[in-house]
Amino acid sequence: MSPGVSDPESKAELLERLRAAFTDLVPHNRAIGMELVDFDRAEGIAIMSLPYRPELIGNPDTGVIHGGAITTLLDATAGASVFTKMWSTAAVATLDLRIDYLKPATPGQAVLAKGVCYKLTRNVAFVRALAYHEATGEADPVASATATFILGSRGSFANMEKK
Amino acid sequence: MILDLLRQAKASGDFRPLMDAIPYAKWLGITAVEQDGALVGKLTFREDLIGNPVIPALHGGTLGALLESTAVFELFRASETVTLPKTITLTIDYLRSAKAVDTFSIARITRHGRRVVTVHAEAWQEDRNKPVATANIHFMVYAETEMGSAPASSV
Repeated sequence: MSPGVSDPESKAELLERLRAAFTDLVPHNRAIGMELVDFDRAEGIAIMSLPYRPELIGNPDTGVIHGGAITTLLDATAGASVFTKMWSTAAVATLDLRIDYLKPATPGQAVLAKGVCYKLTRNVAFVRALAYHEATGEADPVASATATFILGSRGSFANMEKK
Repeated sequence: MILDLLRQAKASGDFRPLMDAIPYAKWLGITAVEQDGALVGKLTFREDLIGNPVIPALHGGTLGALLESTAVFELFRASETVTLPKTITLTIDYLRSAKAVDTFSIARITRHGRRVVTVHAEAWQEDRNKPVATANIHFMVYAETEMGSAPASSV
């Protein structure tokens, strides 16, 4: 996940490398099936997807997935947008996360989340995020979130090799 | 079916069959036991709950899930009505990185209104006095008779 600014790497190759890093390095992302599907460095945007799986159901009568899975998706996506904006492997830690649940997720459909890190200071990152279905898009979201992250906390991914 | 299990749980005081019926809570490893008159939620540590492998620390989302689940179960236990609460807003404060050990949580109903119930939940690990995360949650609750018209709830 090194920046590789001078690499003549295509966006697709870079996305594949980041996608693999998010999945391989973060056990819970892998366990729940979350994947990075797109990013935009200039805008500080990350988009992740959460597949619909039977084990994520919160209400067995309706098949609607649990709020906790949406929380996890929004937290991960908001964090990913901070990494995208910083473009480094420095550690970030969620300080707070506020989620508005706008409507139940539709059973059977994957949930996408888009995080926008709209402000980065020396110590803090500010993020807005939306969770939605591909069919209905951001105009009709399932949940909306705002989050703040503290930067430079313990646990930089750059230390992975040393561990 | 869930409401039937809830009715049975409230009658018997044993919430385990209801918890086992929620696939996500079961998959994540969330349980709850009554302890000294309070309901204590537990997230049993597992490698695949880790969000930062370097520290290592639990994924923030799993703490959010524990806090929300504990709040729902406290609501189930304490509330006189048999309803499925619907989360309106959830605000989580992450206070310390959560280590690779079991996490516990407790929830307290701040206000029980006719339509909105506000619950505060707290999670800790080895030291009860050092919370790793807290949450404030507003739930929409419906009277049993209104359930038919209520939107599908996520437990």
